[in-house]
Amino acid sequence: MTTSEPISPTTPRSDPGPGDRPDADDFSGLVLRCRGIRKSFRGNLVLRDLDLDVAEHDVVVLIGASGSGKSTLLRCVNLLEPIDDGTIHLDGEHITAPQVNPDRVRQRIGMVFQAFNLFPHMTVLENITLAPERVHKVPRATAREKAMALLKRVGLADKAHEYPDRLSGGQQQRVAIVRTLINSPRLLLLDEVTSALDPELVGEVLTMIRDLKNEGMTMVIATHEMGFARQVADRVCFLEGGRILEQGPPEQVLGDPVEARTRRFLQRIIEAGRLS
Amino acid sequence: MTAHKTLEVGGLEPPTEYHPSVWQREREAYRRRQTFRSFVIATISTAVVGVTLVLVITGSPGWERVKQTFFNAEVALDALPAVAEGLWLNLRLLVGCAIGALTVGLLTALARTLRGPVFFPLRALATLYTYGFRGAPLIIVLYLLVFGVPGLRLSGTPSVLVLGGIALVITYGAYLAEVFRAGIESIHPSQVAAARSLGLTYRQTMRHVVLPQAIRRVSPPLLNDMVALQKDVGLISLAGPIDAIRAAQIETAQSYNFTPYVVAGVLFILLAIPLIAVTDWVTLRAARRQSAEGAR
Repeated sequence: MTTSEPISPTTPRSDPGPGDRPDADDFSGLVLRCRGIRKSFRGNLVLRDLDLDVAEHDVVVLIGASGSGKSTLLRCVNLLEPIDDGTIHLDGEHITAPQVNPDRVRQRIGMVFQAFNLFPHMTVLENITLAPERVHKVPRATAREKAMALLKRVGLADKAHEYPDRLSGGQQQRVAIVRTLINSPRLLLLDEVTSALDPELVGEVLTMIRDLKNEGMTMVIATHEMGFARQVADRVCFLEGGRILEQGPPEQVLGDPVEARTRRFLQRIIEAGRLS
Repeated sequence: MTAHKTLEVGGLEPPTEYHPSVWQREREAYRRRQTFRSFVIATISTAVVGVTLVLVITGSPGWERVKQTFFNAEVALDALPAVAEGLWLNLRLLVGCAIGALTVGLLTALARTLRGPVFFPLRALATLYTYGFRGAPLIIVLYLLVFGVPGLRLSGTPSVLVLGGIALVITYGAYLAEVFRAGIESIHPSQVAAARSLGLTYRQTMRHVVLPQAIRRVSPPLLNDMVALQKDVGLISLAGPIDAIRAAQIETAQSYNFTPYVVAGVLFILLAIPLIAVTDWVTLRAARRQSAEGAR
């Protein structure tokens, strides 16, 4: 293993990472590179030897049955779960090197959860300004100003001083997205962000994600919304048995999959009426 | 039918005047009758029980003597200044011990939640402490500190009052630590995940996300323990300082009348009422918050 000093995003490629793969030092344009990710929970192997590359401005959508490892992969990338083997590089920096400070890494990655996970004891505005003030040491007034500007953009400025339990699910999820956007993340991880929403509230969240794509945000999205995947994805990855079984442009993976298991999965989704 | 007619009036027309239906009016009338009936029954039964109690007690053969020894107004007035002065000591001790025990409890709970081998000694010590001092009777801890420590004849040994206070703090700190820990562990891991994903450190997550929610959640039991502490503060009189109960004892010894104890008891109750009222209010508020969270 090579050593890894905290490298700023402007100096990629100074850390070649593990040299056991032919493309080991090719990071050109890559925001995220996962190699050989392995993760098990109490003997249950969830990810086995998984590889994933995400280029800058790319939107990668992960699909697959429950328990196929989509969420686990996202949590591993954000270092919320320690991996059992493999390497993860963010902007060319080896973030799974032993001496890397996970808090520093997470400052550059945004994550949005299925259950929103807003802090119930804080107002919407306090939820959003917590990280800028405490982590990025932005002055309070600046943080508030920036938060209000973002809230206004997503049409929630009038909710700034409400507590999360006064908001609808869709509004809460949009606040959660704003909460992570304010830190200008290099990479945004979205973990089934519409799965806990009533059907009529899904649209407002998906619209927001579509806007983010148009602004060039690099994203990895785990979702069950196949119609949305088709619209927003640059690449769709089908996870099965802890690795990516098939990946490619959405029309191909969702419309004409090569693998029989991908076809079977999509068939089940169609039968459940979830493919628009 | 009238019921039908009101339905038509209130139908799909835009905001017309609202008239409750016949059924609704009947339901309301029924409820009013029920409320009145309950009120009458409660009043009668309370009066019966109260009058019976008064008759039985005042009619008992020894009532005159008991009244003389326990409820003597003259003795009560005589004893009041001394007892009240003692109560002032209780109050000061209570405030000091409450602050001390809350601090010790919170720090111990935090030490017990630390993970990682570096913190093993701290964690082990905290665990040992909560196990030991939740089991140890307060009186024994008090005696050991108040009589044992001065026995060492070290220079700078604090006063008996301070030593007694320390005994209260370490005993109550062990209980409060468990209350705090229960609160910390009741916060869902997803809250921690959200905070850490924003780049907050473990310490920042505890400080800004976990503890504020945990303390809010356990404030009813915490306040309840404060009410208990308020009474146990009186145990310090066993070591010498003259608190309200000790003052009452001295008064009693002079007058051969037990009324000073009753005076002390009443003062204790009066002192507790505000604290208990706050506890109830906080509990009610917490319950409402919980149900709001549950309905989400």
